[in-house]
Amino acid sequence: MADDHRRYAQPKLLAPMIEILSASKTYPNGTHALQPVDLKIQEGEFVTLLGPSGCGKSTLLKMIAGLLPATDGRILLWSKPVEAIESTGHRMSFVFQEATLMPWSRVAGNVRLPLELQGVDSSDADQRVNDSLALVGLSKFHDAYPRELSGGMQMRVSIARGLVTNPTLILMDEPFGALDEITRNKLDQDLLELWQQKKLTVIFVTHSIYEAVYLSTRVVVMAARPGRVIEEVPIDEPFPRGPEFRVSTQFAGYAKHLQESLLRASNANELAEGAL
Amino acid sequence: MKAQRIVLPVVVAIVLIGLWHGLVKAFEIPVYLVPSPGKVLETLIKDWSLLGGSLYNTLKITFFAFFCAVVLGVAIAFLFVQSKFIEAAFFPYAVLLQVTPIVAIAPLIIIWVKNPTASLVICATLVALFPIISNTTLGLRSVNPGLQQLFKMNRATRWQTLTRLRIPSALPYFFGGLRISSGLALIGAVVAEFVAGTGGTGVGLAYQILQSGYQLNIPRMFAALLLITLAGVLLFALMVALSKWALSWHESELSNDH
Repeated sequence: MADDHRRYAQPKLLAPMIEILSASKTYPNGTHALQPVDLKIQEGEFVTLLGPSGCGKSTLLKMIAGLLPATDGRILLWSKPVEAIESTGHRMSFVFQEATLMPWSRVAGNVRLPLELQGVDSSDADQRVNDSLALVGLSKFHDAYPRELSGGMQMRVSIARGLVTNPTLILMDEPFGALDEITRNKLDQDLLELWQQKKLTVIFVTHSIYEAVYLSTRVVVMAARPGRVIEEVPIDEPFPRGPEFRVSTQFAGYAKHLQESLLRASNANELAEGAL
Repeated sequence: MKAQRIVLPVVVAIVLIGLWHGLVKAFEIPVYLVPSPGKVLETLIKDWSLLGGSLYNTLKITFFAFFCAVVLGVAIAFLFVQSKFIEAAFFPYAVLLQVTPIVAIAPLIIIWVKNPTASLVICATLVALFPIISNTTLGLRSVNPGLQQLFKMNRATRWQTLTRLRIPSALPYFFGGLRISSGLALIGAVVAEFVAGTGGTGVGLAYQILQSGYQLNIPRMFAALLLITLAGVLLFALMVALSKWALSWHESELSNDH
């Protein structure tokens, strides 16, 4: 894993695995949650949707997951609509803002849930639950109840549950937003290791500029009122990225660029509103 | 902390009973107004063959009614969560049932239903029903939206969602309903016996209280009252233990606060 010094790799021959084609979202009351978005994501990318509240980043993620229908436009995963994802032989999983665990079920039971719902046979499921818990470093907590774990550990359980189906695509909706910064940094780092080790494709929603720079191969910057994509910024830095990357000049440069981009959009909004 | 929760109420009870005994003795209050605690206990033992039988009958009505209320209440709650339409149509009538005083409709039920035991059970069930309906309905609806989406994304069937998500989510609410309802079932049984009066089967604790009143047998009245209270406390404790056992995973059962 350590020798995997690949740079932000953009496979040239493969068709993009996720194609968002002018997808937009308007709520029945007429609110434009998201203006038409065009975005293509390649296999193996770690794409972050960055923006303030109300920019539609979570909406876009839920539309990719099929949890919300797009009002207009199309979203294709491996050239198929999300309902047909099984036929492509790929799997997708979703990690929520909170750990979202069943309090009545032990850690292992929570991780096992997707397998049980999909009817995976029992001994196979046992093995996969154990593997998945080992990946997030929680093997010892197999039989604990969620309430016995810290917030960070609960989030790890949630990630283990996301990994247990062996997905190729993971969608994460501000998964570490509620955690303290130290725990969050640690989980960010572990997530990058998992991403490399399992060759995952990740779409990650956050409102933290620093988290976006640290994790991503590409940051999609979004703005609010109306929700829209304003810029795509490749973070062209090698992996693995250690803690030293967080304090490097390059890191600061990317962070500055993103911050300015976000500020410009919000200032433009204020000017436009002032003109009214 | 745990010891305090037992010791303190016991101390209060000892003080109150002592005070009661002292006052009755000091002011020489006649036994047909307020009997002393010792006299009540003595009557309880002396009349046990009578009172014990009555206690059994009242408890029988209570348990039957409680059982019916749970079965019916849960069934109605499931019906309500199946469709907003059904709930909108029928919930007001559940409330109507709740706010109509049972003493007002008990005479009718006692006239309509031939079997005296059945009529009492029906009255008590009506009293105990509402908390089960409303709590279980609320519980079945209070599912974590994230978990609901997770189930949806994994293509869970309606049955899987019900048994693995909705029912476990509803349990804390359901057990809250049980606690309230168990007490109400006892109250309903006693009230119904009162209304049925001497014309009913005439063997419940309420009947003993009425009879003792007519005969100015105040110690026996107190003894019967004591039995009703003890039965209520016991029922409540039983429900608390049951929910502790069933909800060992739930936050509310972790510490001693409720």
